[in-house]
Amino acid sequence: MQTLVAYVENKPGVLNRVSSLARRLNINIDSLTVGPTENEEIARMTIVAHTDERGAHRLEASLEKLVDVLLAENISSRALLERDLALIKVTADQQNRPHLMELTKVFRARVVDVAPESLIIEVSGTADKIDGLLEVLRPFGVLEMARSGRISMTRGNDLLRPPSVSPQASEMESSGYTVP
Amino acid sequence: MKLTGAEILCETLTQLGVREIFGYPGGAILPVYDALGKSKLHHILVRHEQGATHMADGYARASGGVGVAMATSGPGATNMVTGIATAMLDSSPVVCITGQVSSKVLGSDAFQEVDITGITMPITKHNVVVTKAEDVARTIREAFVIAKSGRPGPVLVDITKDAQQASAEFDWDSCAPKLPPKRVRKNHDQAEFDRAVELLNTAKRPLILAGHGIMVSGAMRTFEQFVRTGSYPVAMTLLGIGCFPARDPLNLGMMGMHGEAWVNNAIQEADLLIAVGMRFDDRVTGDLRTYAKNARKIHIEIDRAEINKNVKVDAALIGDAGEVLEKLTPLIVTRDHSAWLRHINELKGDSAVRDIQSLPDSGHLYAAHVINDLWKETHGEAIVVTDVGQHQMWEAQYYHHNDPRTLITSGGLGTMGFALPAAIGAKFAKPESEVWVVVGDGGFQMTMSELATIVQEKINIKIAIINNGYLGMVRQWQEFFYDKRYVATPLVAPDFAALANAFGIRGERITTRGEVVPTIRAARESSESVLIDFRVEQEDSVYPMVPAGASLHDMIRRPNNPLVETATEP
Repeated sequence: MQTLVAYVENKPGVLNRVSSLARRLNINIDSLTVGPTENEEIARMTIVAHTDERGAHRLEASLEKLVDVLLAENISSRALLERDLALIKVTADQQNRPHLMELTKVFRARVVDVAPESLIIEVSGTADKIDGLLEVLRPFGVLEMARSGRISMTRGNDLLRPPSVSPQASEMESSGYTVP
Repeated sequence: MKLTGAEILCETLTQLGVREIFGYPGGAILPVYDALGKSKLHHILVRHEQGATHMADGYARASGGVGVAMATSGPGATNMVTGIATAMLDSSPVVCITGQVSSKVLGSDAFQEVDITGITMPITKHNVVVTKAEDVARTIREAFVIAKSGRPGPVLVDITKDAQQASAEFDWDSCAPKLPPKRVRKNHDQAEFDRAVELLNTAKRPLILAGHGIMVSGAMRTFEQFVRTGSYPVAMTLLGIGCFPARDPLNLGMMGMHGEAWVNNAIQEADLLIAVGMRFDDRVTGDLRTYAKNARKIHIEIDRAEINKNVKVDAALIGDAGEVLEKLTPLIVTRDHSAWLRHINELKGDSAVRDIQSLPDSGHLYAAHVINDLWKETHGEAIVVTDVGQHQMWEAQYYHHNDPRTLITSGGLGTMGFALPAAIGAKFAKPESEVWVVVGDGGFQMTMSELATIVQEKINIKIAIINNGYLGMVRQWQEFFYDKRYVATPLVAPDFAALANAFGIRGERITTRGEVVPTIRAARESSESVLIDFRVEQEDSVYPMVPAGASLHDMIRRPNNPLVETATEP
C-alpha cells in the first residue's frame, strides 16, 4: 500500500482526471480523500493506492504531468501522521448501552448521537484503530458505518507545501512550460 | 476591441502564427466558420475528421510547430479520437478545436452533443471546455503552450456555441496564458549525473539508442557532437530515424522487432546502453527478461514517468535531451571504441549478401526494390510519410534518411490510414519539399477519400501504394504463427489508378521491376499529384523479425530462397 499526497486545482473535473489516471495505470485506489486547503483555489488529496514502489513512482510522475496537478509526492517511506474518521451506528438498548460507553472510552472515541435503540460513535485515528473498534462493536450489531478515508501529513519539519505563486508568462519557461 | 468568441478564436490563432486549419464544419462550430471566412486563416476542408487530426499531426511533425484541427460537436468530435490518440502516443503537438452545444443545454443530450472532453481525457495531454467568450483567447494560448512544452502532445479545446456567439473584450496582452503553478523539480542529483559520466568513461561496448526526443528537443547537432566525441555506435527507434544521418558510419540503423540483425545483436552484447529520448517500447526491447542483460543503462529522458517504466536503468538523467547532452559531452574522456565498432561490423556477417537488394533479379517485383529505388531517385531527400504495416518497416529499412522530420509515421499507436492525410499536413508545412506517401493497399483504403482534399487544395503529393493484395503484416503473422491460415487478410481493392483518375489525379500501375525507376522519374517531373499502384510480391515478409514477446536476439531471418509467388491480378 502506498500513500501519495497531491495538490490540485480546486475545480470541476480534476478528481475525474486523477482517478481516471489511476484506472489507466491499472492501479486500484484504496482511498482517496480531497478537501480544500488554506488557499481556496487549491485542494489537497491523499491517495492510498494498492501498488508497489514502482507503481507509486509511475502514479506520482504521471499525476504531475496533469496540468491541474501542482505537485504529487509519494510519502509512503516518510514519517507520517495518518488519520481516518468513522461514524458507526450501533444497536444499543438499555442493557448494553453502558458496555458500549465503556468501549468507546477505551478507544478514545465519542458518542455523538443517542437514540432509544441506537448510538452513533465517532472515532478518529489510524485505520488499524478504527478496524479494532469495529471488531469489538460488531457483536452488538453495526447498523451503519461511514468512513472518511485516510488523510496523511508528514511529521515535523518535513513540509509539503503547494507551489504558491502563479508564474507569469515570462517565468513559465522555468516552471516546465515553454511559451511559443 | 469587442469581438465575438468566434472572432477572438480566429484572431488568437492568427497571432499565434497559425496559417492553416484542417477541419470540417457543422452546426455547433458554424459561428467560427463564419469568422474564419473573414480571417486570413486558410481552412482545408477534409473528407473525414480523422483526416483533419492526422493532417494537423503531419503538419506538426514536418514543421516542428503546432498543427490545428477543427470539427463540430458530436460525431465530428468523436471522429477525431483516433487521430488524437495517434498524436498522443507519438508526442505530437496538435491542438484540436471542437464546437459544442450551447452551455445552457450541456448535459441534456442535445442534438449532436457528446462529452468529448470526457472521451478524450486519457488520450490528450490536456483538454478543456470553454463556455464564455472572454475565456477563448487565454485558453487557446494555454493550449499551445501545453501542446508544445516538455514532452509535447495533443490538447483539445471544446467551445460551446454560445461562447462563440457572445461578445467579449479582446486584448492580446490581457489574455496571457495563466497555467496552474507547477512545482519545479530538480531533474537529477549530482551523484546520478556523476554515475552516468563514470559509466560513459568505463564502458567498453557502449551503444546509443536514439529516439524521437532528440528531434523534439531540436538537439541534432548536440547529439552528433556527443556521438562523435565518444565514437558511439547509434541504433535508432522508428521515430528516431532522421535524428542522425543514415550515411554516417556510426549509424547502425533501426533496432527492434524489424531492426537489422546486427543492431539487435549489438544491443544484446553491449555493456552500456545510452538511451536518448526513447521509451523502451515493447517493439524495441522484445522480452524484457533477456533484454540487454550485459548492459548498464543510462536513460536521458524529459518525462519522469518513463524512468524505470519498462527497463530499470542505472542512471536516469531527466531533462531536455539537448541540455543533458551538452553537459555530458565535455566530460567524455574515453573516446576510442574501435575494437567494439569493428566487432559490430563483423556482426553484419552475410547480412549484405542476404539482403534482398543483392539477390539476382528474378523478374519479381518486391516492395523493398520499390522503396530502395524511391530512395535512390529522390536522393534520400524527400519527406516520406508512411502508413502502418510491412511497407512501413521496409521504408524504415531501405529509405535512408539523413535529415530530421523527413520520415513521418505512426509509431506508438500504429494507426492505419495515417499516411495520406498526414502527408497532406506535411505538404502544407513544407510546401517546397517533395512529399511521398508510402502506403499499403489496406491502409490506403481507410482514408483514401482524402484524395479529394488533395485535388481541392491543388497540392502536389506523390503516392506510392505498395499493393500486395493482403493486409500484409497480419498475413505475415498468420504465416509465421498461425500455420498460414490467412483469415480476413486477402484484400480486394479497386483499380487504384482508375480510382485516382476518377478523383482527377494521374494514376499508374506498375507490375515489373524495370518500370519502377522510369515511373518514379516521370512522377517527380510532374507538378501535380501522381498515384502509383505498385503490384508487388504478394507473400513477401519483413525480415528480420523478432516475434512478439521473444528475445531481441531471437530473430526470424530471411530464408535463402525467398521467392514464392508472383504478383497477380486480384
